[in-house]
Amino acid sequence: MAKMISRREMLGALAASMVLAGCEGPRTANFLDEMERLNARFQALLFSPTKLAPEPPESEVTPDDDFPSYFVSDMMPFPPANWTLKVGGMVERPAVYTLYQLKQMARFDQRIRHHCVEGWSAVASWQGVRVSDIAKRVGLKPDARFVEFRSFDSGYYSSWDMPSAMHPQTILAYGMNGDDLEADHGAPLRLYSAVKLGYKNVKYLTEVNFLPMRTGGYWENQGYEWYAGV
Amino acid sequence: MSAQPVRIQRREPPNPSFAGRRAQPLIIRFSHWINVPLIVIMAGSGLQILAAYPSFGPRGALYQWYPFQGEAPPSWLRFGGWLAGARHWHFAIAWFFVINGAIYLMYEMATGEWRRRLFLPRRDTSNAFRMFAYYLRLRKAPPPEDFYNGLQRLAYTSAIVFAIVIVLSGLAIYKPVQLFWLAALFGGYDGARVVHFVCLVLLTLFALNHIVLVALHPRTLVAMVTGGKRG
Repeated sequence: MAKMISRREMLGALAASMVLAGCEGPRTANFLDEMERLNARFQALLFSPTKLAPEPPESEVTPDDDFPSYFVSDMMPFPPANWTLKVGGMVERPAVYTLYQLKQMARFDQRIRHHCVEGWSAVASWQGVRVSDIAKRVGLKPDARFVEFRSFDSGYYSSWDMPSAMHPQTILAYGMNGDDLEADHGAPLRLYSAVKLGYKNVKYLTEVNFLPMRTGGYWENQGYEWYAGV
Repeated sequence: MSAQPVRIQRREPPNPSFAGRRAQPLIIRFSHWINVPLIVIMAGSGLQILAAYPSFGPRGALYQWYPFQGEAPPSWLRFGGWLAGARHWHFAIAWFFVINGAIYLMYEMATGEWRRRLFLPRRDTSNAFRMFAYYLRLRKAPPPEDFYNGLQRLAYTSAIVFAIVIVLSGLAIYKPVQLFWLAALFGGYDGARVVHFVCLVLLTLFALNHIVLVALHPRTLVAMVTGGKRG
């Protein structure tokens, strides 16, 4: 017992001295990268595909003006007149959906708390189609292990692990608080999930691609964490 | 009636299991000093994360009682450069902080060290009050102490409690959905953020106090470096 403790103690000391040795440079970057990989595994381990985020009471819904919104383009992105959603990648039946077609599919309504990477939270209800329902329609091939969501907001995109994308509270939302999604919140269609941080929930959707590998994302490529589960 | 002061004056009988043991055994010294860089990095990266949204309470319903809404912590207290960098540091070093704390606590439990270190209300409460009165110059002489005095035990034990609560509230902020029950324990995600921050303030107050008192009693610093005398 004592031997085991002192060895683990030593590992801790080693890691701490590693931290102190280089506050910048490739060694630190490697250490942080390794730890991010470890944390992604830890998060995937904690993730339950069936556990639902609790729905806050209606009284906790954030007033419209207080619910932050942002886009990465210089100007607010507006959809092209002939907007459609393309669903493809490793699927049996690639598809193109109009907003009307999406609204004909089983509608899912959830009121959940939004968790932003910055630290704030806000509550809204979101109406739309489950990503898992779309996946059933197009038929996933066995090597589809990640899902990439693309937008018309200057190429903003994000890729997801499959279990989080298939979570029952991960939807393609065309409605917010019962109304049509507005331009500042990603009209006509955005990704919205209870199990990821805000920046993973791509707005202004154009494409959903089921892929064999992860492809990063707009913020992820700049250094933000890829898994980013809550 | 006269028996009471005698009882108060009596020292704890020395515990035979501490015979031959150093005041600060190696693992405790190790864990203590490793904690210094770990806590500095956790606090600095935590404040960098806080700077991204230096407010408490959900959007549209900020907590009225918090007087510094929107005021970011000064940049010299922050670590990690930017939000993403600070998050990577915070979630990386958190593991070492937790492992270090777990080793420390397991060691205390396994060796019985907790008996001479932790605050046991029955044994230490009145001693702690009298020590506090001594610091306030309300008493001329300090109460008798054995290994530590009651107030010391109270301070060290609270620091451990703050550390445990800061880890749990941190996990609640990290996983407010998967660990929903834990977040609920702290009043939800936004409540957990408050608890997490309050624990940082309390730990900082502890650390400042600790540094002042160690400076006034340098022999304790020597013991934490060399291990001190064998009991």
